[in-house]
Amino acid sequence: MQTLLQFTIDVLSLGGAYALMALGLVIVYGILKLVNFAYGELIMVAGYGLFLMNGSGLPWLVMAAVAVLLAVVTGVLTEYAAFRPVRAKSVTAVLITSFAFSTILQNAALLFISPRPRNVPLPDLFSQTVAFGGILIPARNLITIVASIGLLLLFAFLMKRTVLGIAMRAAATQFRMARMLGVPANLIISTAFAISGFFAGVVSLLWIGRIGSVTPGVGLEPLLVAFIATVIGGMRSLQGAVLGGFLLAFINTALNYLLTQDLLQFRDAFTFTLVILILLWRPEGLIRGPATGQRT
Amino acid sequence: MLEVTDLTVSYGAINAVRGVSLRLAEGELVTLLGANGAGKSSTLLAIAGALKSSGTVRVGGTDVSGWSPERMVRQGVAMVPETRDVFPDLTVAENLLLGAYARRRDRDGVAADRQRMFALFPRLQERQEQAAGTLSGGEQQMLVIARALMSRPRLLLLDEPSLGLAPTVVDQIFAMIAELKRQRLTILLVEQNASKALAVADRAYVLRLGKVAAEGRAADIAAASDLEHLYLGG
Ligand SMILES: Nc1ncnc2c1ncn2[C@@H]1O[C@H](COP(=O)(O)OP(=O)(O)O)[C@@H](O)[C@H]1O
Ligand SMILES: [Mg+2]
Repeated sequence: MQTLLQFTIDVLSLGGAYALMALGLVIVYGILKLVNFAYGELIMVAGYGLFLMNGSGLPWLVMAAVAVLLAVVTGVLTEYAAFRPVRAKSVTAVLITSFAFSTILQNAALLFISPRPRNVPLPDLFSQTVAFGGILIPARNLITIVASIGLLLLFAFLMKRTVLGIAMRAAATQFRMARMLGVPANLIISTAFAISGFFAGVVSLLWIGRIGSVTPGVGLEPLLVAFIATVIGGMRSLQGAVLGGFLLAFINTALNYLLTQDLLQFRDAFTFTLVILILLWRPEGLIRGPATGQRT
Repeated sequence: MLEVTDLTVSYGAINAVRGVSLRLAEGELVTLLGANGAGKSSTLLAIAGALKSSGTVRVGGTDVSGWSPERMVRQGVAMVPETRDVFPDLTVAENLLLGAYARRRDRDGVAADRQRMFALFPRLQERQEQAAGTLSGGEQQMLVIARALMSRPRLLLLDEPSLGLAPTVVDQIFAMIAELKRQRLTILLVEQNASKALAVADRAYVLRLGKVAAEGRAADIAAASDLEHLYLGG
């Protein structure tokens, strides 16, 4: 019983973080049919933002808000600087700029800050534990669950109830048609990158809250997780990304519980085997979106 | 209302539209006929700003050549593409709402227009909370026309609204087009169903291999002995 509770909380907290990572990636993919490889660097930017504000004396929540804002601004800027100029050219060109931007940002961090991990300020709450149902739970796991479920609900509400949200969903299936109804392409794309940056910023807080420090490569694992989660869940749907995030977290956590110590080092091999099996079974991912996808 | 001069559209090496010129007076219903591949859809998409083209397009006297599709909507041009393009996972009501995107702040006006569309197409009202992708072909066609009208256009571009629909539904669609004409909406109608289109239209253009091969009053074009020849591309 206690193990089950522990397991559930582990899955939900890891899954919440994974789901946010995946959503941030798929929101841009849905519109541009492009995997933004610079996504991990948005997470990194927020982390270094937090690091640079260390000792500024600002309340932590203010620092966190600034860090998230930094990721949003970087997201929108990458779109302006790297994607917009080549967007109309070819998918390959956009893929390459996205890689290039990722590399530039990582190298900037290596050069101007350090290749070594840097500690970021975190509130004491992140290192406390809560006793609940006979088990000790790290408070940061509960924070992650509450924050991610709250954000997922808020996001679902905005996408369903606001005109801009509805237009974003429409543009993800029929971009040209949405434009022929008056929905401005640039607004939709900038909004997608802003939302992506926002999720990256929040993920950064939660992720770095787990590991305690930031490195130039900190965004790599979240990018990979987001990519796998969206592939399992179905690249074409937002629900798929969330489902894929939780499923991947379930697989990883279950393996953590089941594998013996000497097998645990091969956990990723087990995870990927399962991912491949899922994809053999449903090559399009678990949730199939509508079968369209013209870019402009 | 609409004045197209020397419109040219190319897809790489394929010249789909080669110097087409069209004029539509206010309130006129003009049909654009031609065989498959004659360049009708490309012409419409280019006018709507959705395809790169050269030549000039004027709407209500304003030169709108090269404008983006979203800007064309604000200029009063609404397009119903032959691919229909409902947003399949959005509900009927959400599809209609997006039709009014350009005037979304006018909430009361948008709500009133939605009721007007429901009066025009009662099927859509019954299905307003249903995902548009689950509608029948005829219902989807009604939805995309209603969605286009939600922007309160001055000029409606209709691409093959009867394509693939059952005869009774085709009759409904044409009755609706006749009603829009009665309300003095300016319409450019592309059709495969030449006899039905000529029956409702004031004037007609016949496209052949990307060029205007014939033009004139609908009745004259209908009476022309070589219609079959022009229409089928001979
Ligand atoms: N996206 C496209 N890419 C390449 N060629 C196209 C494309 N769309 C249309 N064409 C070509 O342009 C010509 C005109 O097509 P279209 O405008 O669709 O004609 P219509 O609507 O009269 O059937 C045809 O030869 C068609 O094959
Ligand atoms: Mg056509």
